[in-house]
Amino acid sequence: MLRDITIGQYYPADSVIHKLDPRTKLMATMIYILSLFIFRSLAGFAAVTLGLFLVILLSKVPIGYMVKGLKAIVVILLITVVFNLFLTPGETLVSFWKLRITEEGLKNAVFMTVRLIYLILGSSVLTLTTTPNQLTDGLEKSLKPLNKIHVPVHEISMMMSIALRFIPILIEETDKIMKAQLARGADFESGNLVKKAKAMVPLLVPLFISAFRRANDLALAMEARCYHGGEGRTKMKPLKYKGADGIAYLLIAVYFAVVILLRRFL
Amino acid sequence: MNFIEARKLVHEYIRRDEDDNVESILTALDEVNLDVKEGEFVAVLGHNGSGKSTLAKHLNVLLKPSGGTLWVNGKDTEDADNLWDIRQSTGMVFQNPDNQIIASVVEEDVAFGPENIGVPTTEIWKRVEKGLKSVGMIQYREHSPNRLSGGQKQRVAIAGVMAMEPKCIVLDEPTAMLDPNGRREVLEAVGQLNKEKGVTVILITHYMEEVIRADRVYVMDNGKVVMQGTPRAIFSQVDTLKSYRLDVPQITLLAYELRNAGVPVPEGILTRQELVEALCRLY
Repeated sequence: MLRDITIGQYYPADSVIHKLDPRTKLMATMIYILSLFIFRSLAGFAAVTLGLFLVILLSKVPIGYMVKGLKAIVVILLITVVFNLFLTPGETLVSFWKLRITEEGLKNAVFMTVRLIYLILGSSVLTLTTTPNQLTDGLEKSLKPLNKIHVPVHEISMMMSIALRFIPILIEETDKIMKAQLARGADFESGNLVKKAKAMVPLLVPLFISAFRRANDLALAMEARCYHGGEGRTKMKPLKYKGADGIAYLLIAVYFAVVILLRRFL
Repeated sequence: MNFIEARKLVHEYIRRDEDDNVESILTALDEVNLDVKEGEFVAVLGHNGSGKSTLAKHLNVLLKPSGGTLWVNGKDTEDADNLWDIRQSTGMVFQNPDNQIIASVVEEDVAFGPENIGVPTTEIWKRVEKGLKSVGMIQYREHSPNRLSGGQKQRVAIAGVMAMEPKCIVLDEPTAMLDPNGRREVLEAVGQLNKEKGVTVILITHYMEEVIRADRVYVMDNGKVVMQGTPRAIFSQVDTLKSYRLDVPQITLLAYELRNAGVPVPEGILTRQELVEALCRLY
């Protein structure tokens, strides 16, 4: 059960998008998310859709695979639709009992749903085409200017990549502890929610203790290998912009300009 | 000067209560003298709690002596300026293979050490390749460490240390969590590094069989070095070893029992081959 969790959900494929520098992809995702909240008209909607689907096609990730990711937000989507439909003031379209649907409400509901769906699809393009390591590297490098205001950028990205490395190990360990407790008669399945949560305590305590022990060991091992923060550190795989990244930045700029222009004039 | 020189090395673990008063003192190292020449293979044997791991952590300056002096590679470990030099010249491999692998790709983990000491990118690639080749793991360079066996993970850890081009490797019970196959893999890799690359090896262990290929053995008990000498000299003293709660290899034990029973085999037999030859000579 626990093994099904995949973080980052990298989808290996040989595509232009996969090969882009993670910084380019991070920037593109940011601009894309911004653009989602800029468009108002149908023309803007068409531009965003075109942009999104072109990128998905280029990434060679099957669309069905991406749509699966939407399952997680169905509830949020429903809530958004309901609230927008019934609570937006304006001209009444239909009314029954105490509820009424307004024209503006309908429009809002549709646009918000589209925005949320596009938001998830767009950001999953980022996580599906970038390995977690590249992603942390990209974040570290893009956020480097924050170092000047004493944000420990290197440390944060180091923590992220260590966390990613230890997720499978801790999951395995949880499985092991669970089996050990089951063998001694622990019951994780029956009872209501409170009871189930209580049953997790004998699972979490040993897991925490072992996580701390591992952290201690790892810190020693890192120190023994001369780790002393990000200062003076070199990289085996430094990030380097290539020609494709330049083109990508150009396309992003054009896309952003189009979306803004469409909002002003259409 | 020897590569490692410890003189009257003392380490005390001091436990304090809330008001900073000393509650108890545990002397983990008690006036330990240790000399290791460059290129030697030295084993440190000892029962749990004998202080052997504490000694190992001193060699890499993960711990500092409470008393006495320790020189590594001609540098005093007291001096904070020497810290990174010593850590680079004396690599360390720990017991649990999972807890010392930092990256999620084998080659990136091997690169971690060189990255820390600021080796240029092209040089890192060369070192990673060399390190992985020296332990026979080059074909796994793009694998995730999670999919490797214990012995393979431990060899990756050794490659990670080798990529820093140290003169000496300290292995702190590297086989304690491995199955017999993994244990053999790791020991073979270590033996090869010592013979072919001339790397000084200090192997901390409580498995007797691993000690046989060492040049010299130190036996520790209760924080003190109680015996030292060649494996042969050490293992001929079966009774003394037993008093330190250590066992001798099975073959040595068999030879010992034969001697006690009146068969005149020589002392300090280490391998099956030697016993066979000794017995053939007798009868």
